[in-house]
Amino acid sequence: MLKKNKKRKKTNQEQIKPELESSRRQFLYRSTGSFVVIGAAFSAWPFVNSLAPAKDVLADAKTEVDLSKIKRGESVTVQWRGRPVFVRHRTEKEILEAEQVKDSTLVNPQKDSERVINSEWLIVVGVCTHLGCIPLGQKKADFKGDYGGWFCPCHGSHYDTSGRVRKGPAPDNLKVPPYEFLERNKIVIG
Amino acid sequence: MERKDKLVNWIDSRLPVFTFFRDHLRDYQTPKNLNYFWNFGSILGVLLVVMIVTGLVLAMQYTPHVDMAFESVERIMRDVNYGWLLRYIHSNGASFFFIAIYIHTFRGLYYGSYKSPREVLWILGVLILVLLMVTSFVGYTLPWGQMSFWGATVITNLFSAIPFFGDEIVTLIWGGYAVDNPTLNRFYVLHFLLPFVILAVVFIHLVALHKAKSNNPLGIDSNKSKDNIPFHPYYTIKDYFGFGVFFLIFFVFVFFLPNFFGEPDNYIPANPLVTPSHIVPEWYFLPFYAILRSVPDKLIGVLLMFGAVFILFVLPWLDKHPVKSATFRPVYKQFFWLFLLDCFILGWVGSNPPTGHYIYIGRAATIFYFAFFIVILPLLTKFEKVQLDSKENRKVD
Repeated sequence: MLKKNKKRKKTNQEQIKPELESSRRQFLYRSTGSFVVIGAAFSAWPFVNSLAPAKDVLADAKTEVDLSKIKRGESVTVQWRGRPVFVRHRTEKEILEAEQVKDSTLVNPQKDSERVINSEWLIVVGVCTHLGCIPLGQKKADFKGDYGGWFCPCHGSHYDTSGRVRKGPAPDNLKVPPYEFLERNKIVIG
Repeated sequence: MERKDKLVNWIDSRLPVFTFFRDHLRDYQTPKNLNYFWNFGSILGVLLVVMIVTGLVLAMQYTPHVDMAFESVERIMRDVNYGWLLRYIHSNGASFFFIAIYIHTFRGLYYGSYKSPREVLWILGVLILVLLMVTSFVGYTLPWGQMSFWGATVITNLFSAIPFFGDEIVTLIWGGYAVDNPTLNRFYVLHFLLPFVILAVVFIHLVALHKAKSNNPLGIDSNKSKDNIPFHPYYTIKDYFGFGVFFLIFFVFVFFLPNFFGEPDNYIPANPLVTPSHIVPEWYFLPFYAILRSVPDKLIGVLLMFGAVFILFVLPWLDKHPVKSATFRPVYKQFFWLFLLDCFILGWVGSNPPTGHYIYIGRAATIFYFAFFIVILPLLTKFEKVQLDSKENRKVD
């Protein structure tokens, strides 16, 4: 077999200057191949992108909350983008606790002032940053964890009165959603 | 030649179906010493057909929409003729599928069925196991009860541990900002599609099996052995007997204990604003769930959980001891039973809340699980001596 191939190669060489020929051919093969790969990669995009949130899902993305009915020390849960948002009207004591924590004791250091617009109101997404359960602590009778904020019953993460993780497997603080005050007692989330 | 044979020959010379069935279902040379642990391959094949057939008729009654999914399942249970039977066969079938596939896998582990020349056969088997896990996970979401919803939430959130793109990937999986209608809809499509992918991989698994031929309790190379017998009638009849025993037990559960493997919480409709106080996955995921929870770091926990399954892919290169069967490997045999016990311990830890001593037992069991593959098997490959004076002593290839 090998011998045969060698022979054939030789005759080829004599006939059509294979070096030039093969490099031209190789260039054509490779550039065609590259275009096919690049083209296939681009045409995959609409398929992948169709899985992302659709326009109607995105359009549902704003929620208004009337704060006037929430008394001090109370919390309400509102729904935003299909998930719960905790709105807590914090007491003086809770605000003080949240502000006086030393950074070194926090898993993910963040000042309380970075997490609120008006320090009376704490607004966080009520989804545990570990694996997405909803922490307890919205009702008066709920166990609020060792730091007076929230406690996730799934895998035991504790959050403080600023929604920061203090203990347990959660890697991050409860997320603060984008929101703004429309009036003194009205916010819009999203 | 009779007319019938003429027709058969005419077809067979153009499409060799008859030759195929003769070679692979009748004359296929099989070791004569296979024990009952070799029944589970064909049992799994029958279960796959049972699941596809019950799934097809259930799909004709089910509605994949968050407002109607739960009620359509209740309608199947109450109003559809024999709907209760079809659904209980399908839901218990999932559990029995895992019972059978785990026995089948541990059979391979004990008798060294992953060793040369069966590495690809083994890898295809692990691939089927992974596909089955994905299929059952998305399928469990469909009834849209509390456990469906929160199981789906917790498992999809595992991907948020991926560095940099984690949240974007999870949003892409959900098609929204939480598990919601788009998620349910695509999980339904996947649950319909994947069984047919499994069917295709099972076929390739069998191609690989018929190339390397069956392993056996002694680990003798059956391509060279003269102690082979044709598959039919010897193993067809033995497989039928196995079906009888297995499905007798299966239908005890279908008819008398249909919710034995289920969670009562899944008869509460999904509520995205209330997490059940104790989320547990289906029993067949418990050992992996225990591994996830025994690691305090989120990313490492997720990696180890997936790693616990994926490490099976490289098993042929972790255990390169020349002897296949544990029958002739006295030390490996001890560790095999310890490993099996370890999997049960992990399962038990996974079903309990992650507090107190469960955490420490879970951590110890997790360490042993990985040590078995990464430390013990390579060491045994180097140092373990073969024992030939067992009861079943014969020539070892």
